Amino acid sequence: MAVLTAPERKSPARTPAKGKRARGPRRTPPLVLVFVLIPLLAEAVWVFWPALQGFYLALTDWDGVSAPRFVGLDNFQEMAHDEVFRSATGHTVLWLVLFGGLSALLGLAAALLLQQERRGVGFYRAALFLPVVFSLVATALVWQAIYQPDGVLNQLLQSVGLGSLRHAWLADQDTALYAVIVPALWRQIGYVMVLYLAGLKGIDPALYEAAKVDGATAWQRLRHITLPQLRSVNAVVLSVIVIDSLRSFDVVWSLTRGGPYHSSELLSTYMYSTAFQSLRLGYGSALAVVIFVLAFGVICSYLVRAFREAD
Amino acid sequence: MSANSTALRRRRAATAGFHLGAGALAILWLLPIALVLVTSLRSFDDIAAHGLGSWPHSFTLGNFRQAWVDGGQQRALINSLVVTIPCVLITLALAAMAAFALSRYELPFRRSLLLLMLGGNLLPPQILLIPVSKLSEVMGIYDTLPALIGVQIGFGVGFYVFVLHGFMRSIPVEIQQAAVVDGAGPWQIFWRIILPLTRPALAALSALSFTWIFNDLLWAITVLRSDTKMPITAALIGLQGQYVSMWNVIAAGSVIAAAPTVAVFLRFQRHFVAGLNLGAVK
Repeated sequence: MAVLTAPERKSPARTPAKGKRARGPRRTPPLVLVFVLIPLLAEAVWVFWPALQGFYLALTDWDGVSAPRFVGLDNFQEMAHDEVFRSATGHTVLWLVLFGGLSALLGLAAALLLQQERRGVGFYRAALFLPVVFSLVATALVWQAIYQPDGVLNQLLQSVGLGSLRHAWLADQDTALYAVIVPALWRQIGYVMVLYLAGLKGIDPALYEAAKVDGATAWQRLRHITLPQLRSVNAVVLSVIVIDSLRSFDVVWSLTRGGPYHSSELLSTYMYSTAFQSLRLGYGSALAVVIFVLAFGVICSYLVRAFREAD
Repeated sequence: MSANSTALRRRRAATAGFHLGAGALAILWLLPIALVLVTSLRSFDDIAAHGLGSWPHSFTLGNFRQAWVDGGQQRALINSLVVTIPCVLITLALAAMAAFALSRYELPFRRSLLLLMLGGNLLPPQILLIPVSKLSEVMGIYDTLPALIGVQIGFGVGFYVFVLHGFMRSIPVEIQQAAVVDGAGPWQIFWRIILPLTRPALAALSALSFTWIFNDLLWAITVLRSDTKMPITAALIGLQGQYVSMWNVIAAGSVIAAAPTVAVFLRFQRHFVAGLNLGAVK
């Protein structure tokens, strides 16, 4: 069976009443415990413990110099009246829909196109994947050059007779956010495509042959074989997309720092400038908690569903 | 005979359509890269005179020397590699161990543990930034590369456990049972059976994790302060500030910063595709 297709694993003897043991011995070998505990310890030191501190800091007022002062939920009350917070939240949702949705759709489309084993397909795949290996900082610098007033994009518009559309893409409040999404998409689509290509490879070709014999059209094969078979890959893709969307920081920071006038501000950039430029560490931590709530809700609901299906 | 030739013609049309579509897509994707390469080879005077978007009128390799020596990218690149290589090896080793234990044994709370480890990786890094920098100060490793290695491993491992767990879970139980009957312990099952079967996933993940860790910016500027210890991404931002609107030098710096990950990708790609094919057959 293919490595990627998880749903195939239906262990027949899950109930101990049968008297048969479906998998490994009942008593867990000590080595196996060690295998789990070492990585868990590393994560506890660098993630779980700092996270608890971060949640506590969200309830404080702290300038980073004197001791943090406990203020309860004051930071969250302040958000209700914070215009910048409200627009940053709106931009973050827009980012999630546009960046997340488009990278999943286009990544799947690219994978479906480039899954065919034709001559030269390796080159096309490599071309789409290449930006994935660039850092977001390098990506941002590349696109910053493209967006310059004398850059290629404006030059191109001029040469096809659309000179009236030329402008400073990153300096205009109406276009800044979209101008930042494009480089992020350019880099993300290839990554999603690779995840889907692996998933498509894992589908048993016999399924397609059987469907062809039964006279299924290409659309029916996509709808009734490919998409259902990709369910386990979708779990990975969706979680990656949601995390990446809410984490998006480098590319916005390098291109616009959230400006002009907060028009490309995301929660992540607003949190950063609040904490490290305004030195309001308590309020910044509270903003990070909001990002956490957004991320954790989506991921949790999905994981619960995925795990219920798999077991 | 005629049915045969229609089929042939249709297949030719499909092939042409495929190459037209995929080719256009590839060109669109490669255009920005070509642009930065061209810009990195132009002289400053050329860009100032003709504009950033014009055809090149000059050729020079001096920009690379300027970024490499004056921009401090040489030292930054070494720092990046010193951090990235141990991080990839240790993270994947730890993740494979945990994924093996969680997917092949009936551990108590194994699903909760998996959720917990993945959950840790899903946390927005922002909430960890301040506590992590304080923690590395307390541990006495603030502004040292081991601090960066530590936080990269701790933060990254959960995601790889999740992905590897997904792969290992689908390896048939019977293989393991046969080994247990033959008297193999957990270590032998892990090292001799499960790990070799997981190789395609490990190859793909090591290529991906190399790029992710190498390209990180946020953790580096959280636990490091000295310019001499910064990795290449942070150095690139420094370059952006140092050579404002000197796009030739900035482009050369971007090329240098991207070169190692491109090399790893090209080197791993064959392995990657071969591994995936292996997985698809059996």
